[in-house]
Amino acid sequence: KKEQKDFVRKVSAGCRISFFLSFGKLTARERILLLLDPDSFDEYDMFVEHRCSDFGMDSNKNKYPGDSVVTGRGRINGRLAYVFSQDFTVFGGSLSGAHAQKICKVMDQAAMVGAPVIGLNDSGGARIQEGVESLAGYADIFLRNVLCSGVVPQISLIMGPCAGGAVYSPALTDFTFMVKDTSYLFITGPDVVKSVTNEDVTQEQLGGAKTHTAVSGVAHRAFENDIDALLNLREFFNYLPLSNRDPAPVCECHDPSDRLVPELDTVVPVESTKAYDMLDIIHSIADEREFFEIMPSYARNIVVGFARMNGRTVGIVGNQPKVASVKQNKKYFAAWCLDINSSVKGARFVRFCDAFNIPLITFVDVPGFLPGTAQEYGGIIRHGAKLLFAFAEATVPKITIITRKAYGGAYDVMSSKHLRGDANYAWPTAEVAVMGAKGAVQIIFRGKEANAEAEYVDKFANPFPAAMRGFVDDIIQPSTTRVRICHDLDVLASKTQSSPWKKHANIPL
Amino acid sequence: KQWDKCLKQDCPFQWQRKERMFLEGEKIACRSSQDSYCFFSRQTFEKLLIANRGEIACRVIKTCKKMGIRTVAIHSDVDANAVHVKMADEAVCVGPAPTSKSYLNMDAIMEVIKKTRAQAVHPGYGFLSENKEFARRLASEGVTFIGPDTHAIQAMGDKIESKLLAKNAKVNTIPGFDGVVKDADEAVRIAREIGYPVMIKASAGGGGKGMRIAWDDEETREGFRFSSQEAASSFGDDRLLIEKFIDNPRHIEIQVLADKHGNALWLNERECSIQRRNQKVVEEAPSTFLDPETRRAMGEQAVALAKAVKYSSAGTVEFLVDSSKNFYFLEMNTRLQVEHPVTECITGLDLVQEMIRVAKGYPLRHKQTDIPINGWAVECRVYAEDPYKSFGLPSIGKLSQYQEPLHVPSVRVDSGIQQGSDISIYYDPMISKLITYGSNRAEALKRMEEALDNYVIRGVAHNISLLREVIVHPRFVQGDISTKFLPEVYPDGFKGHKLTDLERRELLATAASLYVAEQLRSQRFLGTARIPVAKSKRSSWELSVRLGDGIYPVAVSKDGSSFSPCLVSQQVEVDGMKLNVTSEWNLASPLLSVTVDGTQRTIQRLSRNASGDTNIQFLGTVYKLQILTKVAAELSKYMPEKAAEDTSSILRSPMPGAVVAVSVNPGDTVSEGQEICVIEAMKMQNSMIAAKTGKVKAVHCKAGDTVGEGDLLVELE
Repeated sequence: KKEQKDFVRKVSAGCRISFFLSFGKLTARERILLLLDPDSFDEYDMFVEHRCSDFGMDSNKNKYPGDSVVTGRGRINGRLAYVFSQDFTVFGGSLSGAHAQKICKVMDQAAMVGAPVIGLNDSGGARIQEGVESLAGYADIFLRNVLCSGVVPQISLIMGPCAGGAVYSPALTDFTFMVKDTSYLFITGPDVVKSVTNEDVTQEQLGGAKTHTAVSGVAHRAFENDIDALLNLREFFNYLPLSNRDPAPVCECHDPSDRLVPELDTVVPVESTKAYDMLDIIHSIADEREFFEIMPSYARNIVVGFARMNGRTVGIVGNQPKVASVKQNKKYFAAWCLDINSSVKGARFVRFCDAFNIPLITFVDVPGFLPGTAQEYGGIIRHGAKLLFAFAEATVPKITIITRKAYGGAYDVMSSKHLRGDANYAWPTAEVAVMGAKGAVQIIFRGKEANAEAEYVDKFANPFPAAMRGFVDDIIQPSTTRVRICHDLDVLASKTQSSPWKKHANIPL
Repeated sequence: KQWDKCLKQDCPFQWQRKERMFLEGEKIACRSSQDSYCFFSRQTFEKLLIANRGEIACRVIKTCKKMGIRTVAIHSDVDANAVHVKMADEAVCVGPAPTSKSYLNMDAIMEVIKKTRAQAVHPGYGFLSENKEFARRLASEGVTFIGPDTHAIQAMGDKIESKLLAKNAKVNTIPGFDGVVKDADEAVRIAREIGYPVMIKASAGGGGKGMRIAWDDEETREGFRFSSQEAASSFGDDRLLIEKFIDNPRHIEIQVLADKHGNALWLNERECSIQRRNQKVVEEAPSTFLDPETRRAMGEQAVALAKAVKYSSAGTVEFLVDSSKNFYFLEMNTRLQVEHPVTECITGLDLVQEMIRVAKGYPLRHKQTDIPINGWAVECRVYAEDPYKSFGLPSIGKLSQYQEPLHVPSVRVDSGIQQGSDISIYYDPMISKLITYGSNRAEALKRMEEALDNYVIRGVAHNISLLREVIVHPRFVQGDISTKFLPEVYPDGFKGHKLTDLERRELLATAASLYVAEQLRSQRFLGTARIPVAKSKRSSWELSVRLGDGIYPVAVSKDGSSFSPCLVSQQVEVDGMKLNVTSEWNLASPLLSVTVDGTQRTIQRLSRNASGDTNIQFLGTVYKLQILTKVAAELSKYMPEKAAEDTSSILRSPMPGAVVAVSVNPGDTVSEGQEICVIEAMKMQNSMIAAKTGKVKAVHCKAGDTVGEGDLLVELE
């Protein structure tokens, strides 16, 4: 048996030289080797072979033990994870019935045990020779993706082509990462696109890492190469709880929880229209300035990602004033407003955190929703409602800090007190109002009152009206933000909150 | 009982640190001394305005607080949150960011003086400190200017007049002749009189333009011929300047202090020879070069000059000193110098306090014999600039982390910024002055090394690497320096510290050990887990570390029983040599202390990421390393090389600044070396040239734009 196992490994190793060298890709097994702790991989189903007998597939030279996927379980920094890694060297990584069966087996077990599933996708698509059996295999995987959703974290790392029906498995998982230049995700390839719509487009333009991380928002982050991606995935894994039954993990932390952050006292510019970088705030309050940003190049007017506070994983959502302009209809809008893309990006992240017991910290500086026909026609109402829905239904600890503007409906949406916020703070620079002073005065006085603008600014361009009504719990010195958050998280760790029984909610999709 | 000075002699910093002081009306004590000697400061002013910003404003405010004087700070709108504004009792905005509209805006400043009823103004250095018009306007309003009177400022501000005054006061000036020279023979006669070598140039030509050096009669004739031709043709002015040429000069200056009663003191010298682009970088007091006789001669001449112009307040007489200790008057600065702290350290005087007293009209309270040279002080100017680009091109940004090395003994840091401050394009990019003090030069330099290693500056580029290299350079340590030190020592530009084999091994071992500590920590989760975390039993790691072009195998193994992520004692094998690394890694701290084979060092890890890239500041210089496990390193050979951007067809801004002019339009053809645009940053105009011949594809900037470092300016086809 040992000899057979060695043989399998040798075959995979041999293939690298003939095939993979030119692509700058690692083999399926090498990827697992880098992803998991040394000597921790326990492989399943190494002897499974495909069952197809048509088109000469039953000849011995067309049978490979394990077929075109490597599956099993292992440890990442000591913590359990289930893994499947598609092997492009065997029939282009195509999905046979046996291949699907192997993946389903690890997913079933992951759901039962309560441990994440990591898929390393590198597959040409369906095993055409097997016909409908292959399609059935896809559907089996999709079903398990859906059933596991919200039960265990599911991560897809696209390390090669992933086309046709296969793309829906990554799309159903919680996070999709890509490798630059070597991975593609699309429903139909450039050839079919050309014949149907007569568009000339390259693989990279159609479904490369850049397209999906910056334009479509399908992928959450892209990495330089296989090694970079796998090492980052290891680091990312440490932020996640193993399942919805586990609390957010707490790592050993050397950064004092009572550290004051003096630079925050001056980070918000004096002029209220001037931009600053929300990432500066996030980095300075997070443990050791570390922040794992999700979707850094998509909808950059909102920042989402994971950090740690006193060792505990938190999800951070923040409006990004530094994105000064959004190009729309050939015009630039000076705004870090919420728009369709940022609402959807934020909503999906908030729901992930809520599903997996990760506390949410929200930094608010938002002048409202982005106006305009493009947004309205695109359905900003429906999409903006997603973010509202996500924050409102979340029952994890929610801490909100209003750094500057919190105007209009966007104030309500951004984890406000009214949406069951646990600790809502305002910095002295905060302005909580229905709208900017200029617009408000025009409506109230129809432009007849000259001094009204100053009066409105006086009344609302500060955090006191909100604080007096209890809509913010306290007005805090910015330098103490980290201390306050850490204390709140300690207390809120035992928070329980429930919503009325339902089969499932009906989020406005 | 009236004491003006803390009686504790070995307390050079008595007035510097706030925590050591307490204020109770006028009474001030230095708490460092056991017996708590108190002194009563004499009444000077009730309120003083500081017409400056940054570190010098903070420096003056500190002394004012000590003396019980209320302070008024002025600031531009971008400086509203600056440290000097927070320190002062009152602060008033005098205009927008550009200095001409704020810190140089006399009308606005006079308005503030009137409004706040400040009785005196300290101008600091730069800005209005040597502006006679400002001094005159203050005088007419009855406000005291902390500095010399208008007459002295004017006299010393004029190059010709100051030289004449110096000559009359019997101060050594550079011997020379300025006028029409009849023929070559006369030129030779003049040259012989002055003594070779001499410098010949057209009087009308500015700076070093058309300058020729002659070492003998023959060269003088030749020099005369060229220069007189040039003088006639280029300037239409026949006058020639023949002057003693001072080869490889040192820049040594004497601090003087004078009162309004005709008393003047010299407070020893400062050596300021380490310069780049005529800006001082490292200063020290005293100078290694002067003997007591030369020092006294220079001091007495400086005092003579001060007396000759009826100087009062603190001033500085600058000299050029040649290799045979001949010294020549260069100019006199009628203000507090940037580098005054080194003088304060060795003499124990607070120059700002003395300036304020003198301005009030009090006589000096010291005699020349009271002025000691206690120990040695060195000052490094820490700038926000990239020393790898012509010894320093400005850098801007937000100080995301900033920590001064005040835990190192005998360190003084004069700064006007704090964590979170912005270094903007509007003002001088100086971050701070770092001063160390010791009983002798070696001690002061050793402390400087330590202080530089312990200085945390993140968010902007800084020149710590250059400073640290200078102070440990054998030539500097021996005192063999001149104003040409930097270009001589680094003829091809500064490239950072060159690691010796031993240092390289230490760095690799440190980096590897740090990596292992980090890896071990990432496996430690607190609390009990539903699925237990598997405990790693690993005790050895095979790593591969890339440093520069080299890839080094490094093996780390557990040493003894003490092995937790926090306390690591490891054996690291590099190039087959075993090193013992011990450290209590606190991975959240910006400063990491590590002992490698008995050598203790402080390093800083500037960044790390999951891909193993780590930037470590080691011996002042930042090294880029990539640390991977052996397995990952072997596989990384198969990873594709990403094509680098072709930089010859694009022009990026090498520094942040403002675009002054763009000389090309899209479609223009440019030749290699042709000027494309001009960027101004911190008083410097930089010409951006085309790296190749080609057609301009697109221009991404226009005159007046503000650009950041790395911003795309122009694209060629």
